Amino acid sequence: MSASLTTGTRRRTGDLVFAGGTRVASALILVALAGVAVFLTVEGLPAVDAPADKLGGAGSLAAFVWPLLFGTLLAAVIALLIATPLSLAVALMISHYAPRRLSGPVGCLVDLLAAVPSVVYGLWGIAFLGPRLGPVYAWLEQHLGFLPFFAGPASSSGRTILTAGVVLAIMALPIITAITREIFAQTPRLHEEAALALGATRWETVRLAVLPSARSGIVSAVMLGLGRALGETMAVAMVLSATSGVVTLNMIGTVNPSTIAANIANGFPEATGLGVNALIASGLVLFVITFVVNFAARAIVVRSGRGAPG
Amino acid sequence: MTELDLRVPVPATPGDVPATPSDVPATAVPAPSYPPLTRRRLPRSAPWLAAVVMGAASGIASLSLGWGVLGWTVTAVLGHCVALPAWSRLVEGSRAATDRLVTTLVWVAFGTALVPLVSLVWTVVRNGAPALDAEFLTYSMRNVVGEGGGIYHAITGTLLVTAAAAVISIPVGLLTSIYLVEYGGRGRMARTVTFLVDVMTGIPSIVAGLFAYALFVLFFGEGVRMGLGGAVALSLLMIPVVVRSCEEMLRLVPDELREAAYALGVPKWRVIVRVVLPTSMAGIITGIMLAVARVVGETAPLLVIAGSTDSVNLNLFGERMMTLPVFIYYSYMQPGVPPELGQERAWGAALVLIAIVMALNLLARGIGRIFSPKTGR
Repeated sequence: MSASLTTGTRRRTGDLVFAGGTRVASALILVALAGVAVFLTVEGLPAVDAPADKLGGAGSLAAFVWPLLFGTLLAAVIALLIATPLSLAVALMISHYAPRRLSGPVGCLVDLLAAVPSVVYGLWGIAFLGPRLGPVYAWLEQHLGFLPFFAGPASSSGRTILTAGVVLAIMALPIITAITREIFAQTPRLHEEAALALGATRWETVRLAVLPSARSGIVSAVMLGLGRALGETMAVAMVLSATSGVVTLNMIGTVNPSTIAANIANGFPEATGLGVNALIASGLVLFVITFVVNFAARAIVVRSGRGAPG
Repeated sequence: MTELDLRVPVPATPGDVPATPSDVPATAVPAPSYPPLTRRRLPRSAPWLAAVVMGAASGIASLSLGWGVLGWTVTAVLGHCVALPAWSRLVEGSRAATDRLVTTLVWVAFGTALVPLVSLVWTVVRNGAPALDAEFLTYSMRNVVGEGGGIYHAITGTLLVTAAAAVISIPVGLLTSIYLVEYGGRGRMARTVTFLVDVMTGIPSIVAGLFAYALFVLFFGEGVRMGLGGAVALSLLMIPVVVRSCEEMLRLVPDELREAAYALGVPKWRVIVRVVLPTSMAGIITGIMLAVARVVGETAPLLVIAGSTDSVNLNLFGERMMTLPVFIYYSYMQPGVPPELGQERAWGAALVLIAIVMALNLLARGIGRIFSPKTGR
């Protein structure tokens, strides 16, 4: 027989151990993710028959979670309404408008915005932004008070859900910008050059060549920003002066709905017994919602990545 | 347009028949009408000009009406958004006007996005700098009422919890990324892991804290608080970041290097350890440092599971452990009497925290830029 061409046993052991190790590590990630769902369910379920005094006065778990869910969605929607146009513009500016020498540092600045800890945003929101928005709210109440959003009475400290939304918008901005800027940069070069050669202005190039090819990327970036805005805790917990069990569209008033995450942060350190379970149950709701949003966003990215040529 | 005389004259309207030079005596030829190849343009300095004019105009208006700096800025920007496109429309036509409007809006949006960053850094530095001194950094808050005290206990807590989180996350994250790049290929498992890691980056931090609590409650009973729980929660947030950045870096390693090593008969795991990892080491370190920078400022999970205390606690496996972000939160929201002292400590701690995060970020990017393999672009 010819000499064996296969590798020796010693080598194979090393390979087996290493390959096994990497496999275990990735399986661990799946287990951890499943563990989040399982443990939150296990600890959250007992809250189903919690008494009213453990649920912030609400009659049932659903009645406890619903106002929080409403507040979470309201704050996130406000944040996205502000953050989406801004971050698209900033991304466009980095990828297409800024001089090349400037776009690098500018991108770095936006990344630094993402690096600021959320508790510092909270500090800034409560000490700097809120008091400065108070007069603005008074003005809004005076001139646009007929809209349900600005019904007032305006909060002079500015610790309203609109302020929380503004802070959330600032926090979601770097995420949306980072993703859309990469997608804008991936626009087929030939499409852009063709548009320019036909005499299109820069905006027409962007509208005809850049935006259409980036559409699905923009959608998923906005959804990832939504995920961040939904789950952000500390900034909201500090900025918002919330009243439990409130459902209102009034965004500048003194009575504001809380968000799920902020309510947990505020309530958890002092909670006992079934109150802890109730908070964990609301956390489970938050987890499911953000999971679905992120899942959908990533699915869009994956599908558009597969469909795109090249 | 004098330099364009070499062109063949063409009729201004399609109906006209061009007059050839032979038909008409040269002296009688009217000046040939060229269709304009260039349009009239505003001078290059037009945006600056408009900005200066509108700034001055709104400055006068706001001075006379007493609007203050904010009103001045807002009216100047609005005026610029109207004036420049209007001028451009008169001279250049509507398409160019739209283009100028959008350009202006893009720059305004960028300026708006910078305002919070600048104002935040300024606020933190101005309020936090007075609090910083040697005592602030080397004393804990144990038995401190009113003046004095510091954040030593919070700094040690943050360092310990973050280090423990890194010890958990780095091996798991690095091994996973090696699996994804070197072993998984395009298999179902690798695709699932990639997808779920992406989804995991979006887990709210408070949920990570609740997860750690729910996990530790099983072993230690209700009301458990310990530093290790914080580390577990943080690693849940950190692992996906580590995986993503390491995966990206490993994919940058050229296949030729791997193939050359395989051709020499090196087993696969040695190729990974001796060739792939050293080649991408700079990028991996950058990614890990960015991941650390991300979790070092996390508050919510630590609030839930690590709790808060006034004393130094160096034991990860028992008792409450203070961390910088939690310290900031409590000192500002429950400052004690008088509130100014607690709030000043909060700002000081915020300055320290921001300095740590920014230093990690800049260092990581510096390492990445200096040691990264040179690519074509």
